[in-house]
Amino acid sequence: MDLKQTQASEVASKVINKQDLFILDVRNEEAYGDWKIEGESITSMNVPYFDLIDGVEDLLPELPKDKEILVVCAKEGSSIFVGEELVEAGVENVSYLSGGMKAWSEYLEPVKVGDLPGGALYQFVRIGKGCLSYMIESNGEAAVVDASRMIENYTTFTENKGLTIKATMDTHLHADHISGGKALADQVNGTYYLPEEDAGEVTFPFTALKENNKMVIGEVTIEPIYSPGHTIGSTSLMINDAYLLTGDILFVESIGRPDLAGKAEDWVLDLRTTLYNRYKEMAGELTVLPAHFSKVAELGDTGVVSAKLEELYEKNDGLNVEEEAEFRRMVTENLPPQPNAYQEIRETNMGKITPNEETRREMEIGPNRCAVN
Amino acid sequence: MEAQKTLDAKGLACPMPIIKTKKAMKDLESGQVLEIQATDKGAQSDLTAWAKSGGHELMKSEETDGVFYFWIKKA
Repeated sequence: MDLKQTQASEVASKVINKQDLFILDVRNEEAYGDWKIEGESITSMNVPYFDLIDGVEDLLPELPKDKEILVVCAKEGSSIFVGEELVEAGVENVSYLSGGMKAWSEYLEPVKVGDLPGGALYQFVRIGKGCLSYMIESNGEAAVVDASRMIENYTTFTENKGLTIKATMDTHLHADHISGGKALADQVNGTYYLPEEDAGEVTFPFTALKENNKMVIGEVTIEPIYSPGHTIGSTSLMINDAYLLTGDILFVESIGRPDLAGKAEDWVLDLRTTLYNRYKEMAGELTVLPAHFSKVAELGDTGVVSAKLEELYEKNDGLNVEEEAEFRRMVTENLPPQPNAYQEIRETNMGKITPNEETRREMEIGPNRCAVN
Repeated sequence: MEAQKTLDAKGLACPMPIIKTKKAMKDLESGQVLEIQATDKGAQSDLTAWAKSGGHELMKSEETDGVFYFWIKKA
């Protein structure tokens, strides 16, 4: 038996299709505690590789006999080392995750949300980091919303379908991941849209994403709706009066945090007004499509993360806090830690710093942490 | 900082810096210090965690020109 290689795409498919997988994560305990591969059908255990250098004998009784075993580490070197030890010890069905957690963090799974006149709406699920980006396509034209840094995912997709990307847009200045919006727009000679209020320190040219400035892609209308709170510029996008892309303002199981630009107290009221007035006036049957999820359980049967707006007004705790003071506490106190390197990520998205590719990958390690809980 | 032994693990990727550190530590007496030089970013958190789990003391670490230096005192 040789040690096999498993691709991040295969792991994503197991998570989405709820197929059994046993993960032996050999990173250190802190890294594992911070962020790991999760899913309903995933069982994982953590034993740092440095405890397995002298052999894996003590570990063997703890490994399942009837399941596939996937060894995972940060990049892949240590998982190959441990995987080979396991194979030598006679363990069957062992593989390692090619590219490690870095590859997991960067993998995007495109899933179809629904049809649109002349085309469709796709959600690109960055399953490892909990980021969601979108592609609207109609009559051969496409727009990409909240694009990730790995822009080849979108260009490969459009090439296969014979689409031309006309525009890219960010619903806000991101703090958890490096935006691919500007780079993608430049590559395809498209227009890059960003809310002006978030772009005070942005060093490159962009087009303002503004309420009342509707955009048209094929037969589909994209309508910006100013919805501040996570950032002062946060803007939602209404797609053909059917889908509401909420960015980092409203998630399926939580709401956006107002503190990542250091202005939690100032932006609490904006967040409250957006969630308790602006969105509330909208049609309940709108399908909400957020820019993040926090738990894999939020993925539906086909992998799509979405909910009806009226459903969220019933179930989402962040939308059901009557007292303003209590709401203020909820979104400003006891917040989770900030996303990894969030300040450097914001500066990169403003064009103020230009880290190399390897540093960009490192900066994005870990979960998104854009929700209040 | 004074060290009884120096390990050059520059250019090596995980898991090699730790494997070599572990081996080098075997040649030291309790209380002696090993200096490790590494360029792999993961080495930082892994060496810290490894030293802790083995009861060794990570006395100091610093980064100069892309090289990470660690001084670990053997338990």
